[in-house]
Amino acid sequence: MTGTASGSRRGGGIRRGEARAGWLFVTPAVAIVGVFLAIPILLALWVSFSDWNGFRSPLNPNVNFVGLDNYAAITTDTGLDQRNFGRAVRNNLWYVVFVVPLQTIVALLLAVQVNRAVLRGRGFFRTAFYFPSVTSTVAIVVVFQFLFTASGAVNAVLGFFGINGPNWFNDPSGVFHNILAAVGVTSAPAALAESGPLGVTWWEWLAGPSVAMSSLIILAIFTTSGTFMLLFLAGLQNIGAEVDEAARMDGAGPVRTFFSVTLPMLRPTLFTVLTLGLIGSWQVFDQIYVLGGSTAGGTITTPAFLAYQTSFDDLKWGQGAAIAFILFVFIILLTLFQRWVLRERDPKGMGRGGRRAGRGGAADPRRHEPDAASAAVGADPADRALLTGADAREDGDAGPRDGSRS
Amino acid sequence: MATGLVITLAACSPGGNDGGETSGQDLSILIGSSGQAETDAVTQAAEAWAEETGNTVEVIAANDLVQQLGQGFSGNNPPDLFYMPWDQFQTYAGQGFLEPYADDLANADEFLPALREQFTYDDQFYCAPKDFSTLALQIDTAAWEAAGLTDADVPTDWDGLAQVAAQLTTDDTTGLVLGREYARIGVFMGQAGGGVGDADEVTADSPENAEALEYLQGLVEAGNLAYPQDVEAGWAGEAFGLGRGAMTIEGPWINGAMANDYPDREFISVELPEGPGGPSTFAFSNCWGIPAESDTRDAAIDLVEYFTSDEQQLAFAEAFGVIPSTESGSSAYAEQFPENAAFVAGVEYAQSPVAFAGAATAVTEFNASLETQGLADPAAVLGPFQENLQAAADKANG
Repeated sequence: MTGTASGSRRGGGIRRGEARAGWLFVTPAVAIVGVFLAIPILLALWVSFSDWNGFRSPLNPNVNFVGLDNYAAITTDTGLDQRNFGRAVRNNLWYVVFVVPLQTIVALLLAVQVNRAVLRGRGFFRTAFYFPSVTSTVAIVVVFQFLFTASGAVNAVLGFFGINGPNWFNDPSGVFHNILAAVGVTSAPAALAESGPLGVTWWEWLAGPSVAMSSLIILAIFTTSGTFMLLFLAGLQNIGAEVDEAARMDGAGPVRTFFSVTLPMLRPTLFTVLTLGLIGSWQVFDQIYVLGGSTAGGTITTPAFLAYQTSFDDLKWGQGAAIAFILFVFIILLTLFQRWVLRERDPKGMGRGGRRAGRGGAADPRRHEPDAASAAVGADPADRALLTGADAREDGDAGPRDGSRS
Repeated sequence: MATGLVITLAACSPGGNDGGETSGQDLSILIGSSGQAETDAVTQAAEAWAEETGNTVEVIAANDLVQQLGQGFSGNNPPDLFYMPWDQFQTYAGQGFLEPYADDLANADEFLPALREQFTYDDQFYCAPKDFSTLALQIDTAAWEAAGLTDADVPTDWDGLAQVAAQLTTDDTTGLVLGREYARIGVFMGQAGGGVGDADEVTADSPENAEALEYLQGLVEAGNLAYPQDVEAGWAGEAFGLGRGAMTIEGPWINGAMANDYPDREFISVELPEGPGGPSTFAFSNCWGIPAESDTRDAAIDLVEYFTSDEQQLAFAEAFGVIPSTESGSSAYAEQFPENAAFVAGVEYAQSPVAFAGAATAVTEFNASLETQGLADPAAVLGPFQENLQAAADKANG
């Protein structure tokens, strides 16, 4: 290896040998990725098309190719497997719908608060908010189990206010159903009683997260907000104080500054947080596993847990792998969709002036600073003229510092 | 030990190298332990055997038995001997994971018939039952006396049960607290003369089963039967220990649970009352599984014989409270622990809970429907149960 490398170095300007040397150097990494990632994924893909029952190797001669049977069993063939999959998707969908926005908002608010220079004991709060993230989920679930038992602390507090709390982790009723029941609607209207996608009725699809799942949603927000707070905090600290100052000079109040300057500048961070949040909440497993998975009338089962249960308990490994792959494709599609929604829009269309285009794209988030400041004061030509002046001054001020940093 | 010797000698015949050695083997034993007492007892027994026979053993207490078994088999490295839970047995046997060795055991004929049946698949007795549990009726003696009831009032039929449940119900205590799941409610189906059948014939929506659910629903409506969720308890034993239920229906594990968590609760266990269809209860058991075509087959069989001998089973019973799986062992146990005689008596008429491959999913679904819909309309929960079980049975029968 060294021979090749030093040989090519001796070759001076002739760089032909470098490609080979490069490959040689990345070989360990490629081998590790291959053995621990690529091969297992390919093997799982094969399993999802086979009738392997978990005995001996999935490549032994007794294992047959069954085409799309495993996928059909959970998607198109009417039956319990299909319904269980449908319900798992339903459960997880509501989980995602609540967890992702809420945890992002909470994380952002926490980050903004602990980023404020005036806050006393910032270090303490940063640590405190981050603490749940470094604690094992399993430990937190166990603590939550005690807090949320029928006679637990949460219900004791609710009882203090005269509210009769539910039996949290065991309550299978959907929260939307409960709200409807409060106004007297307890059974499905005829239009919703019919079977919807995946053998689950529309009425069940629209039930909302069950009370049990809601406790898990609270738990997820509690545990993950700290992690994402840290990401937002890093993003916020990348925004120089001069930007805030510029916005203030332009007459934007704190709320306007936040929504029109800070938030747009955090877009790359926001994308990261939303993507990680989305992937994480579609793969939720630990909490469900600790709680037993099929308690609360099957309303906390998620596809990830169902894949595990189908494989290990029912020994239907092909079907379990099929669930995992559907989940995989689903997450990829959602991430692409989200990427598209959060894409850098054509500046002209947004009426933000052509400055960004002039600056040549989005590679460095810090390059947007003046841009975002211009967004603060909107598209009014007069404003923009004003801004150009502010920009020029700011650029002049920040120039040397920027240069030394980048 | 004579039988062990015979096997040892037989194994020494030439060409006997296909799992035939009974000494010099390394055995790994995977157990789903109830606690340190069980792990220690099994480890001690296994080591005593190993020393006697010149093998080495390693006992591993699983965190999650089924998961670790599945992992072992799929990695082509299953343990040489393991606890095989009753609810997974038919799935494993049907997939060809298990060695059908039990008829080769010297004590094959001594196991209780109900247990033998539980571990028979395709007319082959696969694996030796390790021990067993049945369900019995637990009565809180303090509540019983407070209600002015005597020994003569111990219920023997459904009417009697309904009556004492009503008498035991007070403002703070429900007469009977029962887990809302197939594994408890199913005994009433059996007592009504029904049951959900097996893979050959599924009878979940029979009129007898509907009668059982109606009987229980009657108790619920009278306020004399509650489910643990309704009285803010995790399971029926907790409700019983907290005094929120004066009676419950659980297995011998209730003794350990009460001793640990509610040592002041005094209670007795009696046989379940008979229904219109006669007496019935459920028997739950694990067996000693050996993987198919195991290299250490004969040594493992020898160890199973050692583990399932009456002497050893009684030692286990003393150490961690299980009931021996053989006729003579269980009767010796009933004499030694008269407070648990009801559990032993139950095995005479016990049914096996439905356990064919795929049934577990249908049972989970049934339990969920009991939770969401209750028992008020038996047809609404039994109909889908029948449908799902039938679908699983069709699949299991190929």
